[in-house]
Amino acid sequence: MSAEDTHGSAGVAARVERRWATIAVIIIVVMALLAAFAGIHRATMPQPRVETTDPSRIHLSGEFVEANLGSVLEANGVTVRAIGQQYSFTPACILVPVDTPITLRATSADVVHGILIQGTNVNTMLVPGYISEQLMRFARIGDYLMPCQEFCSFGHEGMWGKVRVIDKADFAARAKDGGRLSCVGQ
Amino acid sequence: MLANRKLILAHFWLAFAVFGVALTLGAWQMFIRSPIGTWLSNPELYYRSLTAHGTVMGYVFPTLVAMGFGYAISESALEQRLVGVRWAWAGFWLIVAGSVMAVIPVALGRASVLYTFYPPLIGSPFYYIGVVLVVVGSWIWVALMSINLRVWRKAHPGAPVPLAMFANVAGSYLWAWTAVGAALELLLQIIPVAVGLKATIDAGLARVFFSWTLHAIVYFWLMPTYIAYYTIVPRAIGGRVYSDTMARISFILFLVVAMPIGMHHTFADPQVGAGFKFIHSAFTALVALPTLLTVFTICASVEIAARLRGGRGMFGWIGALPWDNPMMLALAFSFVMLGFGGAGGLINMSYQLDTSIHNTQWITGHFHLIFGGAIVIMYFAIAYDLWPHLTGRELIDVRMIRIQLWLWFAGMIVTTFPWHWVGILGMPRRMAYFDFADSAIAPQALSVTFSAIGGFILLISGLLFLLILARGMRSPATEAGPYRFSLAVHQPVTVPLALNTHALWVTLMIALTVTNYGYPILTLALSQGTSVPAVYVGAQ
Repeated sequence: MSAEDTHGSAGVAARVERRWATIAVIIIVVMALLAAFAGIHRATMPQPRVETTDPSRIHLSGEFVEANLGSVLEANGVTVRAIGQQYSFTPACILVPVDTPITLRATSADVVHGILIQGTNVNTMLVPGYISEQLMRFARIGDYLMPCQEFCSFGHEGMWGKVRVIDKADFAARAKDGGRLSCVGQ
Repeated sequence: MLANRKLILAHFWLAFAVFGVALTLGAWQMFIRSPIGTWLSNPELYYRSLTAHGTVMGYVFPTLVAMGFGYAISESALEQRLVGVRWAWAGFWLIVAGSVMAVIPVALGRASVLYTFYPPLIGSPFYYIGVVLVVVGSWIWVALMSINLRVWRKAHPGAPVPLAMFANVAGSYLWAWTAVGAALELLLQIIPVAVGLKATIDAGLARVFFSWTLHAIVYFWLMPTYIAYYTIVPRAIGGRVYSDTMARISFILFLVVAMPIGMHHTFADPQVGAGFKFIHSAFTALVALPTLLTVFTICASVEIAARLRGGRGMFGWIGALPWDNPMMLALAFSFVMLGFGGAGGLINMSYQLDTSIHNTQWITGHFHLIFGGAIVIMYFAIAYDLWPHLTGRELIDVRMIRIQLWLWFAGMIVTTFPWHWVGILGMPRRMAYFDFADSAIAPQALSVTFSAIGGFILLISGLLFLLILARGMRSPATEAGPYRFSLAVHQPVTVPLALNTHALWVTLMIALTVTNYGYPILTLALSQGTSVPAVYVGAQ
């Protein structure tokens, strides 16, 4: 085949090319539609809402004062409040019940950190000034590692927290007087 | 004929020299945090090295390659002496000055903030100003590419702009605009704090500014590789470009849709809402289109070469390809890595799947496979192809070149595949060491060891590359003739104005950036009480 032969086949070439372009466009449209469907229908999406909190005041008042950190049993499930700071999480070990809808609300007290719970899809950034919210549910009792996943300066490699998932009844018994729970004393 | 060989050679040599240094640092990092290394007594050294590795590989190395290659394209595709040679040298020396200024505080541990900056961590102002100088130097190149094309157009009114130059200028415009995000972050937020004019910084806004740069910069890195796919490979293996029009459309699509998609880097962030996250995710899907079109066109172009060499049958033609030709080998390796890396990329940009791998070692594996693999192996191929035209001397040892490419490909696979795997297991990024004695982390030890071995294979390959180029400077002289680009099956006689100029597409690129970034940036900039005091790095 020489370049001259192909000249007559310019139409064929253009048609094949158009067909491929159409397939490529269909693939992309289907992907976007799938993502939209799963997002709307099954509510699987990244954090949708932007909430702010003044990082210079979080230690003094509001949701993230030290006494309010930890797990608490509320009407619609369990809420966990945590903060990240160089180079640890508070609480360092989060205590939650198995098979229960849990809302994690967290922020950073200094630089950018991240929370990742190994073996799960729980994965969020902690940006000072903003509140991260993640819905989670643990199907298995046990300990999970929770490293900081974002570079937060020289001690980053040492910033590992933990999540301890315990039996539901056990958790309910410990939570019944409304305190903020962590692994301490467990 | 290349008139300004010295200028181009200076860019390439500086690019590959700093690449060699950064590659060595990378291999050391792989080793020191693997189970075969011992724990660093001072983890801070790791972050110095990581900052240097990222800054060189992200900003200095690819920018210099794009610039040197751009000057070569301008002179050879337009067959016109470069206009503004003095300015080009000024740009080069700005990059040298900026790199030196940035590397000193990094080496002293005064700027271990990684190349992604991460405010409110704040390092030495000299680091940031050095990076700004590198970018300003590259903007001179952007202006020169535009001016040279304009001069050529005046002399050739209405003629189709050669594909290589059309793509090269598109890439330069993309870079000029994508660098603006990080420039805004540096000039408005970081540098005022670094020099002490301000004390607080909004980290959320900074992350959005950086995402503006962070994704399209990858397409800027990619441009020389795609230009090589379309305009060098078919010529080098004896084929023709299947479609000149499709090539132009692909480059235009990159220009328009590579930009307004960066927020897929902030899916896990709390400062961006669901709406803009989804829009950016959908636009990111769109950027797969020019790559899918390219894969088709290049495979078709390669098939033309094979059939011209007597290849027959549905797949039988593959055997007829010139597999001993380094360009063929580089293309094949590049496509394999682009395939795996691209598939991983679709997961990263996915609205739902991202959460399972965000900020894990999967991401590190992903961009090393795409950038270090698919893109950089074509930088090697470009250098091998151009070298005789730059030095007037032949690269004699083709076998050595083949070994180098094979090693790079193998090294990249051995490095990045286990990296992806430990990412799925939840291993976080950017850590100076891991406690492999912990029973939950112990299963990752073997994979990390493999990755470290891959890192050393890459190091050997990279050093071999430098050796081949250096030896090429001393081999016997030859007359390489003018540097030529591939011809299309149907060479364009006339090209529609929209596919021959950039104005419409640059306008669209800017408009889409404004619609996709304007509102989030405005709301974050106006929000009160979200700024945080700077945390100075390296202050004793």
